[in-house]
Amino acid sequence: MIEALEILTTASLWAAVLRIATPLIFGALGALICERSGVLNLGIEGIMTLGAMIAWLAAYQGADLWVALAAAAAAGACFGLLHAVLTVPLGLSQHVSGLGITLFASSFTYYVYRLVVVVGDAPPTIEPFRPLAIPGLSDLPFVGPVVFAQTAPTYAALAAAGLCAWILARTPLGLAVRMAGENPHAVEAQGLNPLSIRTGAVVVGSALMALGGAFLTTAAFNSFFPQMVQGRGWICIALVVFAGWRPGKALLGALLFAFFDAYQLRLQHVVEGLPYQLFLMAPYLLSIVALIAVARRGRAPEALMAPYRRGER
Amino acid sequence: MPITPSRRQLLAGAATLLATPAILRVRRAHAADPVKVAGVHASPVENAWNSRIHSAMQAAAADGLITYEFSEGVSATDYPRAMREYAEAGAQLVWGESYAVERDARAVATDYPETAFLMGSSGGPQGDNFGVFGTRNHEAAYLAGMLAAKMSQTGTFGSVGGYPIPEVNMLINAFRAGVSEVNPDAKFLNGFIGAWFDPAKAKEAALAQIDAGADILFGERIGTADAAKEAGIKAVGSLIDYTPRYPDTVFANAIWNYRPTIDAIVKDIAEGAATGRDYTEYSFMKYGGNELVFVESMVPADAIPAMQEKQAAIQAGAFDVPIDESEPA
Repeated sequence: MIEALEILTTASLWAAVLRIATPLIFGALGALICERSGVLNLGIEGIMTLGAMIAWLAAYQGADLWVALAAAAAAGACFGLLHAVLTVPLGLSQHVSGLGITLFASSFTYYVYRLVVVVGDAPPTIEPFRPLAIPGLSDLPFVGPVVFAQTAPTYAALAAAGLCAWILARTPLGLAVRMAGENPHAVEAQGLNPLSIRTGAVVVGSALMALGGAFLTTAAFNSFFPQMVQGRGWICIALVVFAGWRPGKALLGALLFAFFDAYQLRLQHVVEGLPYQLFLMAPYLLSIVALIAVARRGRAPEALMAPYRRGER
Repeated sequence: MPITPSRRQLLAGAATLLATPAILRVRRAHAADPVKVAGVHASPVENAWNSRIHSAMQAAAADGLITYEFSEGVSATDYPRAMREYAEAGAQLVWGESYAVERDARAVATDYPETAFLMGSSGGPQGDNFGVFGTRNHEAAYLAGMLAAKMSQTGTFGSVGGYPIPEVNMLINAFRAGVSEVNPDAKFLNGFIGAWFDPAKAKEAALAQIDAGADILFGERIGTADAAKEAGIKAVGSLIDYTPRYPDTVFANAIWNYRPTIDAIVKDIAEGAATGRDYTEYSFMKYGGNELVFVESMVPADAIPAMQEKQAAIQAGAFDVPIDESEPA
């Protein structure tokens, strides 16, 4: 029991929390932006897979890692645009289109990967992001190795969460996005075009999702596997719901999930006699419990999944 | 007595007559021409396990023993269809992995009695044409454990696995048995990540074990050695040779060789023998089905003779590495 608590005081646990949370933060923010504008984007799992592959591929072809991330974001944006065209101006079912995007993006990813990479014994590697050593700060006891020895994309994810929260809550652009999700007629009445706002939000959100996938191949690992996203996209969709569509709580939810995950991996070696499945299940179970408590008053955007048709009353 | 065949008899007779040369040609083909093999891989062929089979098939094709075509990343829902298509197209041997589709795969084999099927399977063989094989590189893992035992400072050994299926369990347990033979006081950690292809998670699981004191890791899953590399400790690879990928980290690899299995079933097909049997034995060290590849300069010199002695005993059949399929704690 003491040992189980001692783990909580180790810096490596908390460092792992930030690492595990990074793709979830990107993915959840992306899904959140889409949904706040009124569009559910179930293409996330496929878009994350695509982002993982494109970023890896760009780096493999010799691009700088930041260029690789930009390429992943651009690829994600393209698939986001496809989803947006289908669901916003054409007003098709967002569920069907989203799942279609996931299937298409996953298969397309695999296809492109196979065209470029010749079959070998193991997938080829790239040189990934190294943990940044920030002079002075990285040497701080405890806080140093946890917060100031992460890879650059992790800082980018945290910054993106702050930026996203600020834009949505405090800027005219954020107001327009939220309004498109709550009452697109009001957007129209303001002389803005709800269709272009929604399209823009889905494109930007999808780019963020792709960055979440890109983290897996450019920082967490150095090769691409077609199945490596492993359901992280679906977790992000759930995080958005449990976060009550608020960026701050989505960040908190991602960190909480990552904490349970990092903790269970360590707890497995301390607590004996329990089946490992119980530990693997814990992050999902506990996150649901915790977030229900936090997000009881969460309310979905009023016009979520309702296509907007001009002139319709 | 006049012969008055009915129309139906006449047609049947004519058909048989016409088909005779074809049958003869097929019979002859068995003797001389390469066996037509079709592989149905449920995963991409560069996943470690599939890559061992894929490269052995390619080598056999290069030797003129077989012709080889394949599909990869075939999902379970599509799997029986892919098997049927190859059987219809005249493959003499359909290779695959029926773990997730046991019932369907066996039904396909029943429908094509003339085609041989060789499946990675958790079940036994079926009928005359549904052969199975298991993955056995536990002997090499045992030997790797003997080397690892001499290299650890902390006496704690970690391992990261996908799911606790028999083939994974016996591998990790064999590694542990090898360690324990040299160091009876060794302590073991194990983590299952509940996924076959999540290297980021495998790496996190390995880092957790390093936190708990492990300084040698057995990497059943890719990603494990990345954590070892980051922490500056050593790791053992499984199935393929991971040393080129992690040169200063992976000092030994429990390699699985699939060629002996291919040779065995191709011989059966050529001789017209039934292929509905268990081909697992050809993965044993006795047949060259698995081997230990290690970097001598990374291993203490006094660890090697005992390991080599044991290796000779395994090859001679004087020592059987215990097969323990229980879930490692």
